[in-house]
Amino acid sequence: MSATLPPFQRFLDAEREVVWRFLVASVGRSEADDCFQETFISALRAYPRLRADSNLRAWVLTIAHRKALDAHRGRARRALPVAEPAAVQEAATAMPEHDGELWDAVGELPERQRSAVTLRFMADLPHREIAAAIGCSEDAARRSLHEGLAKLRKAVTA
Amino acid sequence: MDVSYAAVDSPFGSLLAASTERGLVRLAFPEENVDAVLERLATRLSPCIVEAPSAPQPVLRELDEYFSGRRREFDMDLDWSLIGPFGQRVLQVTSEIPYGGVLSYSEVAAEAGSPRGSRAAGNALGSNPIPIVIPCHRVLRTGGNLGGYGGGLDRKRWLLELEGALTPRLDSSR
Repeated sequence: MSATLPPFQRFLDAEREVVWRFLVASVGRSEADDCFQETFISALRAYPRLRADSNLRAWVLTIAHRKALDAHRGRARRALPVAEPAAVQEAATAMPEHDGELWDAVGELPERQRSAVTLRFMADLPHREIAAAIGCSEDAARRSLHEGLAKLRKAVTA
Repeated sequence: MDVSYAAVDSPFGSLLAASTERGLVRLAFPEENVDAVLERLATRLSPCIVEAPSAPQPVLRELDEYFSGRRREFDMDLDWSLIGPFGQRVLQVTSEIPYGGVLSYSEVAAEAGSPRGSRAAGNALGSNPIPIVIPCHRVLRTGGNLGGYGGGLDRKRWLLELEGALTPRLDSSR
C-alpha cells in the first residue's frame, strides 16, 4: 500500500488490543497497565527507525514481551524522562476486562513456555516470529509451545 | 520530531489541528479525510503522530478569539515545514495582508517575485496547509471575484465578512 509507516496513532489503535491481551495473559491485569504504557512509549521512540515494510505487530509484541519479562523478573522500571503521550495512557484505560482463571495458569508456566503460549494465542504469531521474539530457534519455540499447552491442559482439568 | 493532533471546534465544524514542537503545522477542514491528512503528515514530517486530548492552548484560544471577532492577528507559533520555498514566499506575503484587507493573486505573485505569474501563486495559496491562520482567504481575483478557496467559497466569503473586507450580501442565495 503506502511506502511509509502508518501514523503512530493508527498503529497504536490497530495493535492496542492484541498487546493488551498479551500483557494481561503474561503479567496479570494489575501489571499490564504499566507494561502497556512502557511498551508503546518504547515503540514511539523507536518508531522512526523502522522500515516501512516491517511487521509492526510482531515488532511491538517483541517489545511487550521484553517488558513482561522485566515485570516478571521484578526489575525496577527506569524512570521515563519524557512525558507520556496522553494517547498511550488513554489506550491502556480503554481496554476491556479479561477474566483470569486460565491466565493464572499461564502465569504459573516457566518463562519460555509462558512466552510461547501468550505470543501464540494472544498475538497469533507464527512459530518463526515467536522464536524471534523469544530469541530461540523455531524448534525450541515449537517445543515450548507444546509443553506449555500440555501443562495448561493438566492445570485446567485438574 | 513528534506530531500531535486534536480536533478544534469552529463555526465551520470540527477542524483538525496538528502541531509539532515548533508550532501549528496543519489545519484541516472537517470534510478532509483524517486518515489521509495523518498519512500525508507521516510521509512528509514524521510517522510519530499521536492524538492529543486537545490542541495546544494558544491554538485553541486564538482561533476561538478570531472566530468571535475578538482577535485580528495571530500570535501562535507556526511550523512552516510543509511549505516549499516558493510557497513560503507566497504565503509570507499573504500573512502580511492585514485583517480586513485583500490583495489580488497577481499582486501577491508580484510581491513574491513569482516569474510564473498569478496561476503559480494561486496554486501555492491552494496548497496552504494552515488556512485561516495564514490568511489565504484574503487573496481575490483582480476585479473582486472571490477566486478559489480550499475550504469552499462559502467559507472564504464568511471569513472576509467576519473581517469586514466584504459586506454581507443581502440576496437570499447565500
